[in-house]
Amino acid sequence: MIKNILNLGDAALYCDFGNEVNKDTNTQVIKYFKSIQNEKIEGINNLTPSYNKLIVSFDLKKTNYKNLKKKLENLNTNINDNFKSKRIEIPACSDQNFSLDIKRLEDKLKLSAEKIYENFYNKEFFCYMTGFIAGMPFLGDLDKNMRTERLETPRVKVPRGSIGLTQQFANIYTFESPGGWNIIGNTPINIFDSSNEKNPNLINPGDTIVFKRITKDQYQNYNE
Amino acid sequence: MNKNFFKILRAGVNTTFQDLGRDNLYHIGIPFSGAMDNRNYLLANKLVGNKTELPVIEFAYQGPLLEYSGERINIAITGDVNFIIKRNNKEIKGVCYQVFELGNEDKLDIISTNKSVYGYLAVSGEFDLKYQWSSCSTNTKANIGANEGKKLEVGQKMNLLKINENLNMKKLDYVNTRIENLRVIKGTNFDYFSEQGKKIFFEKEFIISKLSDRMGMRLEGPKIENKVDTNIKSEGLIKGVIQVPADGNPIIMLSDHGTIGGYPKIGVVISADYDKLVQLTPGTKIKFKECDLSSAESLFKLYELETQNLISQI
Repeated sequence: MIKNILNLGDAALYCDFGNEVNKDTNTQVIKYFKSIQNEKIEGINNLTPSYNKLIVSFDLKKTNYKNLKKKLENLNTNINDNFKSKRIEIPACSDQNFSLDIKRLEDKLKLSAEKIYENFYNKEFFCYMTGFIAGMPFLGDLDKNMRTERLETPRVKVPRGSIGLTQQFANIYTFESPGGWNIIGNTPINIFDSSNEKNPNLINPGDTIVFKRITKDQYQNYNE
Repeated sequence: MNKNFFKILRAGVNTTFQDLGRDNLYHIGIPFSGAMDNRNYLLANKLVGNKTELPVIEFAYQGPLLEYSGERINIAITGDVNFIIKRNNKEIKGVCYQVFELGNEDKLDIISTNKSVYGYLAVSGEFDLKYQWSSCSTNTKANIGANEGKKLEVGQKMNLLKINENLNMKKLDYVNTRIENLRVIKGTNFDYFSEQGKKIFFEKEFIISKLSDRMGMRLEGPKIENKVDTNIKSEGLIKGVIQVPADGNPIIMLSDHGTIGGYPKIGVVISADYDKLVQLTPGTKIKFKECDLSSAESLFKLYELETQNLISQI
C-alpha cells in the first residue's frame, strides 16, 4: 500500500510505496497505476510506475496537488483481474561481438563465462517497469552471485538490442543509447515499435521474461 | 501535388517540428517533448492565424535558411531572433512578433537567437506531417514524430498541406524577459544533502554548461555534497526536476528527459519559470530561490493569465 503521498514540484504527486524493491511492492505499484489509468481522472497527464514509487503528473491548468491527493487517497484499487501479464521468450546471442562485458563480469563475479550464461539463460525474470528510454524493460531478479555494479565509466554508445546487467536487474537497450550496464548479449527482436501506437512495448510491467540463447548464425538469420 | 513547400538550404543547429507534445506515455518510456518554450510557441501560431496547437518549427541558436516555393503565405517568428527575408536582391530585416509575407522564391534566413536558446517559426497554414500519439513533436532519441523523428537536414523539402486564406499582418508588442533567479520547490530527496550542500544550493551561483540540450541542462559550480546515497532506486522524473549525481553537479530535466532516473532529486523548478529556464544560454549564471507549493501554484496562474492576455491581444 501507499505509505505516503508527497508533491514533486507543483505539477506531480509522488506516491511512495516504501523502500523495498521486490515483486510484492512492485505489484502494488502496478495495481495502483492500472487503477488510476482506469479512472481517467481529469487533469492527470502521465503516470510513471517504478520499482516502489508512482509519479502522477498533472496539468496545473486543470487541477492541483491538494485535489488530486484527495482523489487518490479515496481510490478503490481492488482490481481483481490480476492485470494481463504475459510470458515472453526473448532470443539472445552472447557471441563475443555482443557480450561486450563478459570479461569484466568474469572478474567481478569470479565465475566462468559459461557459468554466467548458465545462470542467466532460461531463468524467469519479472518486469518491474519500463522506461528511461522508450520501451526499455527493467527485469529482476538476478541471483545473488550474479550481481555487480555499473561500469565505472559508462559507454557513450551501447548498441541497440544489448542486454545489460546491474545489481539485481537486467535490461534491454531498445535504442542505441549511452549507458553503464554490463552487456552480456544482444537480441535480434524489436522490443519497441513506435508504429504500433496501441501497444508499442513488447514487454510490460508484470510480464515474465525468459532469455533463450541462440547462436551467431541463428541471430544473423533471425526473422521475426 | 504539393505546390507549396520550403526547401532547406541550411538546417541550423537543432531544428525540429514541435507542438504541445504527447502525454500519457511516461510509463512506456516516452517523454512529453513538445515546444520547449510553450508561450512563444503559442504566440507564433496565433500571429499567423493558426489554431494555437499546430506544429511549428523550433530552432536553437542558429536557425535554418529556407527557400519558399508557392503561393503567398505569412510567417511569424517568436523568441529573440535575428532574421532576414531575401526577395530578389533585396534584404528585408525581420522583426519578431510581427507577421511578414513570403512569396515564391523568397528566402528566409534565420540567422541566430540573441541571448536565448529557442525560437519558433510558424507559417499561415499546415505542414504535411506525420502524427504519432496525436502529436508531431520530434523526439530524436526514440525517432518518434514528424520527419521520421529526426532533426531537419539540408536539402530536405517540407510540404504544406494547406494554407490559410485570410492573411492578416498582425503584430504584438512583446519583449522576452530573462530570469536568473529560478524558483524551486524542495525535492523528495532534499534531505540526502549535507547542511552545507543545501546552503550552497540556495545561496551560490551555478553556471549553465555547454552540455545542455532538449533533454537536460547541466550546471557547474560549487559541489553539492550528498551525505546519504548518491543513487536512489530508479523512479519517475518530470520536467524541471533537478537531480544531483555523485559528482555534485546538478542536472535539470527538460522536455525530452529520460522518463526514469536514479539520482537524488534536490528540487524542482516551478512550472511558472519553465519557459524562461529553457531560454537560458550556456555560460549564464543562475541562482535557485526556495518557493513553497501554494506560491508556485499562484505564480503559475499569473503566468498563464499573462500568456492568455498576450494571445488575446493578437
